[in-house]
Amino acid sequence: MRAAAYMIVTSGRQDLAHGEEPLAEVELRSVSKRWGEDRAVGPAVDHVSFSVREATLAALLGPSGCGKSTTLRLVAGLETVTSGSILIGGRDVTSVPPARRKVSMVFQSYALFPHLSVAENIVFGLKVRGLPSPERAQRLHRAADLLGLAKLLDRKPSQLSGGQQQRVALGRAIVAEAPVCLMDEPLSNLDAQLRVEMRREIRALQQRLGMTMLYVTHDQLEAMTMADQVLLMRQGSIEQDGPPCELYDRPASVFTARFIGTPPMNVVPATALGPLWQGLARAAPPGHGRDALSIGVRAELARLDSCGVEAKVLAIEYLGADTLIDTRIGEVPFVVRMPGRPRLVSGQNVAIAWDVSATHWFDAHTGRRIA
Amino acid sequence: MRTEAPATPLELVARSIRPSSTTVHAWLLLLPAMTLLALFTHWPALATFIDSFFSTPRPKRGATFVGLENYRQIVDDPIFWQALTNNLLFAIGTIPVSIGLALLMAVWVNDRIAGRTLVRMAYFTPTVLPMIAVANIWLFFYTPQYGLLAQLLSAFGGASYNWLGSKDTALLCVTIVAVWKEAGFFMIFYLAALQQIAPSLGEAAVLEGASRWYFFRRVQFPLLMPTTLFVLINAVINAFRTVDHIIVMTRGGPDNATSLLLFRIYELGFAFWDTSAAAALTMVLLTGLGAIALAQYIFLERRIHYR
Repeated sequence: MRAAAYMIVTSGRQDLAHGEEPLAEVELRSVSKRWGEDRAVGPAVDHVSFSVREATLAALLGPSGCGKSTTLRLVAGLETVTSGSILIGGRDVTSVPPARRKVSMVFQSYALFPHLSVAENIVFGLKVRGLPSPERAQRLHRAADLLGLAKLLDRKPSQLSGGQQQRVALGRAIVAEAPVCLMDEPLSNLDAQLRVEMRREIRALQQRLGMTMLYVTHDQLEAMTMADQVLLMRQGSIEQDGPPCELYDRPASVFTARFIGTPPMNVVPATALGPLWQGLARAAPPGHGRDALSIGVRAELARLDSCGVEAKVLAIEYLGADTLIDTRIGEVPFVVRMPGRPRLVSGQNVAIAWDVSATHWFDAHTGRRIA
Repeated sequence: MRTEAPATPLELVARSIRPSSTTVHAWLLLLPAMTLLALFTHWPALATFIDSFFSTPRPKRGATFVGLENYRQIVDDPIFWQALTNNLLFAIGTIPVSIGLALLMAVWVNDRIAGRTLVRMAYFTPTVLPMIAVANIWLFFYTPQYGLLAQLLSAFGGASYNWLGSKDTALLCVTIVAVWKEAGFFMIFYLAALQQIAPSLGEAAVLEGASRWYFFRRVQFPLLMPTTLFVLINAVINAFRTVDHIIVMTRGGPDNATSLLLFRIYELGFAFWDTSAAAALTMVLLTGLGAIALAQYIFLERRIHYR
């Protein structure tokens, strides 16, 4: 397996040797996409700029309808941009047809040709490009070995399980040996267990082959576990762009804070904190009144402490290693994550506290992070 | 639920013989459709088969059993052979062209083009119009001196020609009308099948650099094969049961140049009132069509990918 992977890497590098610049960097400069001429409908993608370094995996993350799939399709060339430019490997590909952008793509529905065998599906693109037959066979078998498809090459897609179909789609993407691979929610049709497995496998494949991967998902867990870089999108714009730990530890907005992490970060208005405010006030960012502040705390950094703010226990979710305690501070929901199995009952009154260092400060009106 | 005493074997038999009320209801509900089917489909088919072995009843002499005499007469009839030849030429002329056109139009309309709905409707119009009306329109196209074709030709300095009145062109003329009529109808089937093909297949092919033609040849066409088989069988059947626009446009003439098998049956049965000969010819046509449909299934089934 390792040897085969190595071979693909080297041949991939040979392709890279053609140009002077690395072929695999993806950059978007103020890209917008508007459907139709209707000005009343906001753009699907609104002045999006980001860059993905070579051989890294970037996840385009966001709720449905946020424009992440459209962004990916713009990079693939399946949609045309309304304004802005797209660069792959330093080359402006904004008006280059999809086939000449040197990208491969895995579709959410896999897009396998139902009447062709696994082998024919995988080499479809190579045949189109007129690659000589021995070379085709060589690449096919390398990919099949790598993905464990060697015994299934004669089957039709309908005779495969969802996970196997997914591998065939991956196979078709990697035999192209394109430096950039685009993935549109590739795991959303698989069951939970297989998804975890394929997540690891895709990540390993991406690292072994040194591909630059742009990966669309709505599942924050997928983005957090796989990506080097997370591009969180919201209503057509990039909400935050950074490594997973940065999005978790320093969310730039309430939206990021609540989208990343399970359970989502607790965000409470500063006015609801009662006695706890005394301790936090000295750390509060200057220039903001108490009623203009929202305070964010991760569930695992909050604790039950008699000198904290009063809350009422609503429900208790026991997860095994730890327990989620669902409470209300006044009317505001607040979740505390505690190790083990605390002796609590719903309806009980508790007091919650956290350290100043665990506090995230947000502007209550704009939802943006302060300091 | 009420409990029942275990039934004796005799009771079980009685129960199975006595029709329960649900069975009676079922038969009653089936009755209207069954009556119509038996009266207008099954019985006429059977009667035709039986009549083909009897002589045509005349006022003074009833029908008598004549065995294969009617069939022997068909074989000896030169007009039958001409109608068969005409029909084969008509089939060869209409089937590939109308299917090819249908496929072309469907693929075209399926792609994103401006005014797609209008084009779809325009293609389908020939199917909606009654054939008798259509034939009259085409009759005007072909009319010498003042017909559309004649006027177009004279505009370019051509001489007027009697398209339907000439043995050389009459069959071609009725073939064109059939193609025009059939292509739009078959297009609807192709269009429906094309819409079943996931758009992501096209996108995957585009990303791989496949040309429009390559995608059609390697993906769309193979995936349309079940539709092609269906359309092909329909086209063959339609080619051998064409009669309406023949009656309106040429009445089989000139000199039987456009006489097709079904028209010949109509002529024998309702112009010459030789019903037995018509019955025998009907049986010949039915057997032939059945054989062709069976052959198509057997030979094409293996090459078709069904989803």
